[in-house]
Amino acid sequence: MTRLPPQRGERIDRRRPVDFTFDGQRVEALEGDTVGSALYAVGQRTFSRSFKYHRRRGLLCCAGQCPNCLVQVDGAPGVRACTEPVREGMHVEHMNASPSLDFDAMRATDLVGGPFTPPGFYYKTFIRPRRLWPLYEKVLRRAAGLGRVAKSRREREWRTEYRRRHADVLVVGGGAAGLAAAAAAAELGADVVLADEGPAPGGRLLAEGGQDHAREAAEHARRAGAELLSNAPALGAFDGLVPVWQGDTLHQVRAKRHVYTTGVIEQPLLFPGNDLPGVMLSGGARRLVSLYAVKPGTRAIVATVCDRGLDAALALIGAGVEVACVADLRADAASPAAQALVRRGVELRRAATVLEARGRGHVQGAVLGARGGDGHERVMACDLLVVSGGGAPATSLLCQAGARTAYDAERGVFALASLPGGVYAAGEVAGHGELHAAELSGAVAGAEAAHSLGLGDADSRARAVAGSERLSRGPVGPSGVAVPPPVAGDRGARCFACLCEDVTAKDIHLSVEEGYDSIELSKRYTTTTMGPCQGRMCQLPAIRLMAAETGQSLEQVGTTTARPPWQAVPMGVLAGRPFEPAKRSSIHGRHRELGANVMWAGDWRRPYDYGDPRGEALAVHDAAGLIDVSTLGKLIVRGPDAGEFLDRLYPNRLSNLRPGRIRYGVITSDAGRIIDDGTICRLDDESFYVTTTSSGAGAVYEWFSWWLADWPLRVHLTDVTQGLAAVNLAGPRAREIMAKVSAVDCSSEAFAYLDGKQADVAGARSLILRIGFVGEVGYEIHFPAAHGEHVWDALLEAGADYGLRPFGLEPQRLLRLQKMHILVGQDTDSESTPYGAAMPWIVKLDKDQAFIGRWALERAAEEPPETALVGFTLPDGRVPKEGAAVLPESGDGQVGQVTSARHSPQLGQVIGMAWVPAGLARDGAEVTISDDGKRLRARVVTKPFFDPEGEVLRS
Amino acid sequence: MSYVLTCPNCGPREVTDFSFGGEVNPRPTTRPDKRELGAYNYFRRNVAGVQREWWFHRSGCGAWFLAERDTRTNQVLLTELP
Ligand code: FES
Ligand SMILES: [Zn+2]
Repeated sequence: MTRLPPQRGERIDRRRPVDFTFDGQRVEALEGDTVGSALYAVGQRTFSRSFKYHRRRGLLCCAGQCPNCLVQVDGAPGVRACTEPVREGMHVEHMNASPSLDFDAMRATDLVGGPFTPPGFYYKTFIRPRRLWPLYEKVLRRAAGLGRVAKSRREREWRTEYRRRHADVLVVGGGAAGLAAAAAAAELGADVVLADEGPAPGGRLLAEGGQDHAREAAEHARRAGAELLSNAPALGAFDGLVPVWQGDTLHQVRAKRHVYTTGVIEQPLLFPGNDLPGVMLSGGARRLVSLYAVKPGTRAIVATVCDRGLDAALALIGAGVEVACVADLRADAASPAAQALVRRGVELRRAATVLEARGRGHVQGAVLGARGGDGHERVMACDLLVVSGGGAPATSLLCQAGARTAYDAERGVFALASLPGGVYAAGEVAGHGELHAAELSGAVAGAEAAHSLGLGDADSRARAVAGSERLSRGPVGPSGVAVPPPVAGDRGARCFACLCEDVTAKDIHLSVEEGYDSIELSKRYTTTTMGPCQGRMCQLPAIRLMAAETGQSLEQVGTTTARPPWQAVPMGVLAGRPFEPAKRSSIHGRHRELGANVMWAGDWRRPYDYGDPRGEALAVHDAAGLIDVSTLGKLIVRGPDAGEFLDRLYPNRLSNLRPGRIRYGVITSDAGRIIDDGTICRLDDESFYVTTTSSGAGAVYEWFSWWLADWPLRVHLTDVTQGLAAVNLAGPRAREIMAKVSAVDCSSEAFAYLDGKQADVAGARSLILRIGFVGEVGYEIHFPAAHGEHVWDALLEAGADYGLRPFGLEPQRLLRLQKMHILVGQDTDSESTPYGAAMPWIVKLDKDQAFIGRWALERAAEEPPETALVGFTLPDGRVPKEGAAVLPESGDGQVGQVTSARHSPQLGQVIGMAWVPAGLARDGAEVTISDDGKRLRARVVTKPFFDPEGEVLRS
Repeated sequence: MSYVLTCPNCGPREVTDFSFGGEVNPRPTTRPDKRELGAYNYFRRNVAGVQREWWFHRSGCGAWFLAERDTRTNQVLLTELP
């Protein structure tokens, strides 16, 4: 490993080596290195293979702005080597090349080249013949995309947290201007967050000798109270919400004011061979030297349009790189940097640029000449070609926030033209490139943001006004920029306008010829600007090319719409924590021990069965069964007006329910449609215990509390769903089992059907409801959830001698079907009324209250429903699918559907429920069911299949 | 879509903390005729402008409250308990 002598402000710690692997080879790095700097230091020059042609690509920007260094880190694809810090033991692999970076079979697409993959090639070629598409698709899938997402779960299991951060001012960008803005706003008392993508605040200062200044400015902002986030790129601007990605946290920053100090993005130059490894942006070369003490080359040529390139040339000389020649496109740059170069004897060619880069696999030389080429060309050897096409304002986030840009002919870029309210721009993005101007513009923007929030005083306002006056007088932007030609040099070799998507200048020419002559169309057709760089490297070049091809001005061509995400971001970060909240009853552990097959039921994890659904169902009829029904919604409705309240919510009467008695109830909407159902037990004069379906618990609570918010009733609602467990003990032996765990008298005289009693069960204070959802004598026992396992165990133990078995959801569904009890949402839908659902008896139109649904139900009572819910039996033994169609007696179409169907071992036949035409809702009628195209004749039944008169239930 | 609502009990929270209860749609006080009932059950004004509406603080205090919101900008002008 070769490193330069210590550089001021270098980020590496030379005493702390770090080892990692690249494609299986061990690489020695230093703490503070990035994967990119470490690999470059050991001589790696090819970092990736390009998307389409699989050409070699090397470090270009060293700032996370281009697509050239994408690698796979520990299985995660699309990581930028140049910004990814090294970690001991990390596994880095190349992407998009097989078998290896140095020998890539797909390179053939580049060598065959030319006419083989023009824009639109895939759309045009792989469409015919149609029948070959499955084959094409396989091949294309392999060729498409970059990297590979790991299949196994572990590597993909991201844990990202959301953090909601409300602030007065958000500053995006942590360079000189951003730090000044944060400090100024915070000093005036604003709550400030600053999001910066770099590993430490300071921006360009860090790589350009200003690290001490950067540290002081950051310290100053911190002391003023600003929260500085590093390694934290802003991803977009959405209606005032700015997501900021920082490692495993996604900050959702919502600020009252926004200051953007996003700086500029150094632009490449377009010339044949511009994508060869060894062609590097001036900023990239400087970062390698000053942050990582890595020498980017031995002999360099510099081509620039502004002072950035000249400054870089000086920095390279300082690092011991031989600078063979500097080509400055400007004819008359007499900056101090130019003078310094001349003093050092560097050949400085004015009004010249690079016309072509040459080399196989890496830059070996460059052709220099006048703009457009006037004959005085010179070929020079080099192993590093440093380019700078000037800085393009990074306005994307600003545009997403509502700012507008316009073409600035003098600088050759699209610059800010207007800002929306509450949004400020400062620093280089706003044209204040020189350090003092950048800081002043930041301080003014920060102060103005705070002032607009009512902070500050007359003094601070006066200072801000003076500051902005000084800014408007001072020089704007870097001193002198030459606008580069769309393409320099017109030779055979390829000139890449878009590195991400491998789009050449010629491709843009072709797409214009084909009629894609607007920038938005060309973007979609050639996919320029749609790759990982999000237009940072290619938007401006593409606009210049388009202007040249169509003869329009750049202003006329315009820019493409800026869209999020501004920064490539793993989907996992946006998705947040893989979070599927599973609810489990307090008895759940026991179900597992008993070998339950667990299923999702809404948010709940519940036993589907314990391995023998038929046997479990039969046990309920033959002996006894026990099911965990803790998932039921449970509400306590209490207060002097509780009865009145329930009378208004249910179509039947509840205020006249005697304490200790239970009634079934259906909740309907004001349109008379069934919302939910459950039981209501009156505990005392002022209290009712209401159960709801498991899935309806939340909605019913919302529904009750919504009406309560509107009605002036003295009622209080308490949701005890989570606090109480519940089990249902049912079967002919249930009574005997109860006697063993409770002192309560369970004789049918003392504890009749639809009685509710409070008593101890296995020592736990319980509410026991005698109801019979499954058709046998049953006790639904509600008790504190903390005693869940204890009561469950006690009941199973007490029932052991009586043949008691636990049963799951599937046998329960069969048992309730035998009793023709509806499942809301399964047998009913959002259109079902109690009349259609064969429950006219539940609606009491003679009540006084204008209960919810009354008016609609009054009408429904007059106009008989078109369809009705009935039971059916099927003699031929086939169980139709739920949702199977009920067919009309003649003609086509569907007149109803099956909602539930099971084979009942108890009854020895197939039973079910279905919506059928109301005229057929009578015992013995025949209907036709179509199940997967097979026609079945079913016989309608209107009374429960099992124990139709309820004698068993009441016994 | 993303904005902040101020729960009268809890203070400003992301909209995703709340359930939307629809625009305020007063229930008839006397028995409506068929047309009125249909309008009450199935028709909403759905204004492009300031709308009075119900919100429920689902991931919070569990209160229903009223808000006035500009449906074009999602600017919430006011929230209050009923
Ligand atoms: S070199 Fe890494 S993103 Fe440009
Ligand atoms: Zn609240």
